[in-house]
Amino acid sequence: MERKIRVLVAKPGLDGHDRGAKYIARALRDAGMEVIYTGIRQTPDAIASAAIQEDVDFVGLSLLSGAHNHLFPEVARLLREKGGEDIVLFGGGVIPEEDIPGLEEAGFRAIFTPGTPASEVIEFVEKEFSE
Amino acid sequence: MDRSQLDSLAEAVLAGQQRPVARALSMVEDGHPDSHELLHRLYDPGRASTTVGVTGPPGAGKSTLANRLIDSWRRDGRRVGVVCVDPSSPFSGGALLGDRLRMQTHATDPEVFIRSMGSRGHLGGLAGASRDAGEVLAAAGYDPVLLETVGVGQGEVEVAAIADVTLLVLVPGLGDDVQTMKAGIMEIGDIIVLNKADRPGIDQLETTVRTSFEMMGEGAQPPPVVRCSARTGEGIGELAGLVSEAASGAGPRPERALRRARLMLDRILEEKGLEIAEQLLAHQYGGREEALRLVMEGAETPYGIGRSLRAAAMEMLE
Repeated sequence: MERKIRVLVAKPGLDGHDRGAKYIARALRDAGMEVIYTGIRQTPDAIASAAIQEDVDFVGLSLLSGAHNHLFPEVARLLREKGGEDIVLFGGGVIPEEDIPGLEEAGFRAIFTPGTPASEVIEFVEKEFSE
Repeated sequence: MDRSQLDSLAEAVLAGQQRPVARALSMVEDGHPDSHELLHRLYDPGRASTTVGVTGPPGAGKSTLANRLIDSWRRDGRRVGVVCVDPSSPFSGGALLGDRLRMQTHATDPEVFIRSMGSRGHLGGLAGASRDAGEVLAAAGYDPVLLETVGVGQGEVEVAAIADVTLLVLVPGLGDDVQTMKAGIMEIGDIIVLNKADRPGIDQLETTVRTSFEMMGEGAQPPPVVRCSARTGEGIGELAGLVSEAASGAGPRPERALRRARLMLDRILEEKGLEIAEQLLAHQYGGREEALRLVMEGAETPYGIGRSLRAAAMEMLE
């Protein structure tokens, strides 16, 4: 029986700059994972619903606009509400250091800031998956 | 999974609950040892959801077109299941599943269930589990179920065997490629969709396609050809009508249910036959490697092995 790591990569909110999200999606793909890319300007509800239907192990969010303190916890809340409490959340983008503890408290296992090598994200996903 | 867990999962799938349906799809996709037990519980001989296949070359607009069809079916109040397949890397095994991106407007609608799959080394344009995934969605009450293939070239015609209605999506600009595609893929479309009809070259494409059908021989009924623009929505209404027509033309419900049962039994026989043969081989020869050793030593041939496995099976049946 083959069990592939499935990851949903999405961008909530209104910023349309998705190079980072695409870069991570591609890197995870090359690490042998199945990556569902849902694109830019997604509502938290659309992201959480897609994660449930796709039965992913991880949801990775990317945001550059500054609305992460609102949108990231909202995705976490909706995922729990829909029965996806076991899905591991991680985030990335332009996120100030001081906001990270709050996001971790909201259920994010890791926040990656600009300059993080892709290998670090892959390592995180593989480690979390094996646990 | 024990019996009661399987029973309650099956019950939740039949009730159309999202998370259990998603879990069931993963079991089927991963080849979970209990997946056949689950499908056994979900099977209903009277069920006959319409399966609509969408195929065509990469970038033809299959997902965007599928999205438009979902719009149209939703307006009719139908619950729509979608299985969309993208290729897995033969090297890393990874996949970027991007079809859902074009259908995300339906993400928050629980009456639309979209599942992305990697082909995981399966040839033919679908994933090995696509058909069973369609079964799970049908069991959960989705009708129609849309199967979108990977971008295809010439020989990926598997979808036509599974779907009640197959749409072949073509676009202008492929020029002579249409000619080279003619032998395999051009034969499987129940409906030919000329997509991106807002682009130059659409007249030439239509001429080429219609001509190729004229050349396909006397008496053969050419499939309907419809111009669409998934971007603007042009032609989608007409296409949806043609799909319904073709679906009812695929035969009355009992006939379709029988066809579906036949296809499934064929596949089960293939799978189980192989499994039984492997067991016989282990029993008679001590496994593949041992049998191969005999062949290489000149003591047996592969044909001789086949004959003796068959003889052993016959003996056991008596």
